[in-house]
Amino acid sequence: MDASRDSEPTPMKQRTTVQRKSERELVVTRSFSGPARLVFEAWTKPELLQRWWAPKSYGIAFISCEVDVRTGGTYRFVFGHPAAAQPMEFFGRYIEVTPHSRLVWTNEEAGESGAVTTVTFEERGAETLVIMHDLYPSKKALDDAIASGSTGGISETFAQLDELLVSLGASVGRS
Amino acid sequence: MVQYSQTRFDAAFAALADATRRGVLQQLGRADASITELAAKFHMTLTGIKKHVGVLEQAGLVTTQKVGRVRTCRLGPRRLEEEAAWIEKYRQLWDARFDALDQVVEELKRKEKLDGRKQRQ
Repeated sequence: MDASRDSEPTPMKQRTTVQRKSERELVVTRSFSGPARLVFEAWTKPELLQRWWAPKSYGIAFISCEVDVRTGGTYRFVFGHPAAAQPMEFFGRYIEVTPHSRLVWTNEEAGESGAVTTVTFEERGAETLVIMHDLYPSKKALDDAIASGSTGGISETFAQLDELLVSLGASVGRS
Repeated sequence: MVQYSQTRFDAAFAALADATRRGVLQQLGRADASITELAAKFHMTLTGIKKHVGVLEQAGLVTTQKVGRVRTCRLGPRRLEEEAAWIEKYRQLWDARFDALDQVVEELKRKEKLDGRKQRQ
């Protein structure tokens, strides 16, 4: 047994935090080592955005990424996943674009129940604190998003139910 | 996790083996309903329908919420445990994104330093 391993400090608190702040709000935070100017650039230039928004470990890949980052401009992300028959689309409109400090956009793929996302960039010394705030139109909209199991547009509950129905059909066929 | 899913899966199968319970799911798929409404719809006693709803609830297929004297049933898994699991999944997604974003920012910083040096030369 390596006793020294036990005495090592436990890892710092998680770098990315997510909190349900209220019935209608989710808040994600993370600090980045770099000036707000560069962090903001990585959120607003499509060629940079594409490099981090679809994490490789999730097997998701961009099919297309149209971003027009200015107040009133629109965006449309299309992703593919090997297990998904259909590509996933996310789209909306930028309501506010304040260089290096604030971005606000709508999420319209879910229709009326979509959240409005506000991202703020706060420079603190050599670091930039990013706070992403999703405000849903109602408690029900956020509850439904959670209940659907989806963390990014794929309704996993329905996929599971489909599986269940298929296997149910198969077992009836066998008996 | 696998164990948990298997148990849940078995419970879901057992819950779906009954025609009334499949009917209740179908009904709730159209709209949320109270126990009283379901009892009337399926010509059952309150106790009888409660038993069926209980089985569906155990299987995580239905949730119920009591407001005043009315217990409302709706499709969906148990809330709190699901919410915590969902929030952790959501956190992991953003954490993975932000790890990649870290790299992009690092690269921009290096590039800026390099460009700055070039300009000074």
